[in-house]
Amino acid sequence: MTTLKHSVEAEHHHGPAKGLSRWFYTTNHKDIGSMYLWFSFAMFLTGGCMALMIRAELFQPGLQLIQPDFFNQMTTMHGLIMVFGAVMPAFVGLANWMIPMMIGAPDMALPRMNNWSFWILPFAFAMMLSTLFMAGGAPNFGWTFYAPLSTTYAPPSVTFFIFAVHMMGISSIMGAINIIATILNLRAPGMTMMKLPLFVWTWLITAFLLIAVMPVLAGVVTMMLMDIHFGTSFFNAAGGGDPVLFQHVFWFFGHPEVYIMILPAFGIVSEIIPTFARKRLFGYASMVYATASIAFLSFIVWAHHMFTVGMPLVGEVFFMFSTMLIAVPTGVKVFNWVATMFRGSMTFETPMLFALAFVVLFTIGGFSGLMLAIAPADFQYHDTYFVVAHFHYVLVPGAVFSIMAGAYYWLPKWTGNMYSEALGKWHFWLSFVGVNITFFPMHFIGLAGMPRRIPDYALQFADFNAIASVGAFIFGFSQLLFLYIVIRCIRGGDKATDEVWEDPEGLEWTVASPAPYHTFSEPPLVK
Amino acid sequence: MSSEAYYVPSQSRWPILASIALFLLAYGAGSMINGLSSEESGSGGMILLAGAVLMALILIGWFGNVINESMSGLYSEQMDRSFRWGMSWFIFSEVMFFAAFFGTLFYVRTLAVPWLGGEGEKGVSNMLWEGFQAQWPLMTTPDMEQFPGPQQVIDPWHLPLLNTVLLVASSFTVTVAHKALKNNSRNNIVLWLAVTVMLAGAFLFFQAAEYIEAYEELGLTLHAGIYGATFFVLTGFHGLHVTLGTFMLLVIWLRVLRGHFEPENHFGFEAVAWYWHFVDVVWIGLFLFVYIL
Ligand code: HEM
Ligand SMILES: [Cu+2]
Repeated sequence: MTTLKHSVEAEHHHGPAKGLSRWFYTTNHKDIGSMYLWFSFAMFLTGGCMALMIRAELFQPGLQLIQPDFFNQMTTMHGLIMVFGAVMPAFVGLANWMIPMMIGAPDMALPRMNNWSFWILPFAFAMMLSTLFMAGGAPNFGWTFYAPLSTTYAPPSVTFFIFAVHMMGISSIMGAINIIATILNLRAPGMTMMKLPLFVWTWLITAFLLIAVMPVLAGVVTMMLMDIHFGTSFFNAAGGGDPVLFQHVFWFFGHPEVYIMILPAFGIVSEIIPTFARKRLFGYASMVYATASIAFLSFIVWAHHMFTVGMPLVGEVFFMFSTMLIAVPTGVKVFNWVATMFRGSMTFETPMLFALAFVVLFTIGGFSGLMLAIAPADFQYHDTYFVVAHFHYVLVPGAVFSIMAGAYYWLPKWTGNMYSEALGKWHFWLSFVGVNITFFPMHFIGLAGMPRRIPDYALQFADFNAIASVGAFIFGFSQLLFLYIVIRCIRGGDKATDEVWEDPEGLEWTVASPAPYHTFSEPPLVK
Repeated sequence: MSSEAYYVPSQSRWPILASIALFLLAYGAGSMINGLSSEESGSGGMILLAGAVLMALILIGWFGNVINESMSGLYSEQMDRSFRWGMSWFIFSEVMFFAAFFGTLFYVRTLAVPWLGGEGEKGVSNMLWEGFQAQWPLMTTPDMEQFPGPQQVIDPWHLPLLNTVLLVASSFTVTVAHKALKNNSRNNIVLWLAVTVMLAGAFLFFQAAEYIEAYEELGLTLHAGIYGATFFVLTGFHGLHVTLGTFMLLVIWLRVLRGHFEPENHFGFEAVAWYWHFVDVVWIGLFLFVYIL
């Protein structure tokens, strides 16, 4: 056993390796977390450029800048990159950084596999982006890649798209397994399940969702591949298959997927609000149960994306009511956040501003979701800009704002320096204004009937589209400010204390700022 | 031992190499498959091969590392639990992968095909192919030129029944081997694992024979409409998993020969056994829903 002790000590007493090999070969959860976060930001900018191309074309009716087929490639790639490249990796990055520190673990449970999960992603996205330069162009069938657009009528590059999705799936599944194993097995003594910080809880449930549905995504793209190249007829009625089958399998993955992108956000917000309201989180247990019920419900609502495909009436009704049920646990969460703030002594540092904006704007997205959940009404709204407004409200000022909030909240812990509060506030207000100018008008043009995924539109939609485009550029460029703030914070600034904020809860605030390369090689005791 | 200090491995080259290998596999497979339909021979096959060889080497090296660490006593009980959680959730993800295809099968059988044949609430879709009759197995597809349905399907009571017996038996023999391991009777482990591997090999042999029969005599092919599609995707992926499982069994057999595994400490063995039971259970599902019903 002396060898054991020796090698463990050797491991824990040296810092990071020098040079690039540190990043290629690392097994350290903090290094891997940072790589995930930087990768996510790079993808955020890439997908953002595509969004700006879309908005530039839509600034005026008529075709000005890009060809319709390229426009479709942009909407497709924008969606895929934002979902799989920006939002999901950002949450995994935060999980990597924070979960071990929050539960008092020395690292992730399976550190080498952790690094593998990350390094698959740059290769997967390199392959995905390379389709832009292939003959026939990149995938142009929308991020939901409905058959037969993605089978019979797809460009040849679809094959590479399929394999890229497989790679992302492998990465996500391994990442999720790692997170579950870490949470279930590496908690410090005394850290019982019902003492876990909510970020950890929401990630535990998210990881379960990932393991449950990423394989289904793999299944659906595999069936596409077979239909395209090996003569099967899963999605072709001529052979007895059904294009609607594609949508069922896709959305069985797709709806839990949208919760994969929001549950960790709930967790982050539930960490931040108590800190800046200087009160304990209201209704901890109900938060846990609400998260679990949302996860459960997310498996039985998928066909609310398909109200117009021609489902039997029982299907329409079932999926309508099950979808509306989700509003109940979601409402519990919003209530608890508000109740936490009630009579708190609040201050409004940047993380709190983003968290507050999250609560308000996510709720708007939730309400438009409820409108969409009403099957007969959805016949009107479906495939219009109203849907675009809905999911951008839950995803941009929802998921993305929560990531920003988390980044500001934990940056001092990561870097040891305070970021510039003044610049942070500028970033927040520009983003807040930009987001609303971009997406709020989309509700109106959607209700008025403007279809989504088109490069040109009727004249009556011109004004709102112009406004939305202006907002998009404001929002897009203010993210460069974020980049600047982060880099500045890494390079210097006021020294952060270990606690960083005023009396925050959680083990991560008991270690030094910046957090040492290895935390908790001896598990702390949690009372 | 300093109270269960968790073993965090130092830097490792395997993950990044494995990412490169996976990329080569994916990119090579993509190019090769695209090459199939465009008739120009590309380098896809070579890239795929390179990726496969690289991946195999990496897996040998990586697992070799883990085995060495484990044999030199670096792993605590806690580490063992991490591996167990990891393997269990991995198997769960595999379950969900098959669930997608089983779901597909149920959907087409109970909804899509009957609707297409004019039955049920969405029977209007019959107007697409008037006169099309719903049946299962679907022998006559809506468009027999594009998707000529099978003349016949596999008789469940011949090869599939035999395969069921083989696979269930192999699940037993692997358990017997496990018991032997716990009692530390090394010869019996070697024997029963060998029997398991042979049963697995026999299963794969008969599965291949069945495919040949399907293609050459029954007209049951990938092109034969939705019945062929679901049949081959379900049995095919199951067969791939059996193949993988057989390799895993072979590896632990070789390891037993080398004296690995102790009666109290043999997670690698158990992981393979779990996996093997999993492919067995999937087969039961297949036998029921694909072959018999
Ligand atoms: C109260 C909660 C919610 C309800 C009731 C709800 C309901 C709906 C409905 C009915 C649709 C389909 C609209 C249509 O296509 O006609 C939809 C679309 C969508 N929702 Fe939600 N939603 C909710 C929350 C969320 C959340 C939290 C997210 C993600 C973080 C999200 C992301 C999306 C996306 C991405 C789409 C569009 C997918 C597409 O067609 O491209 N939703 N939602
Ligand atoms: Cu949904």
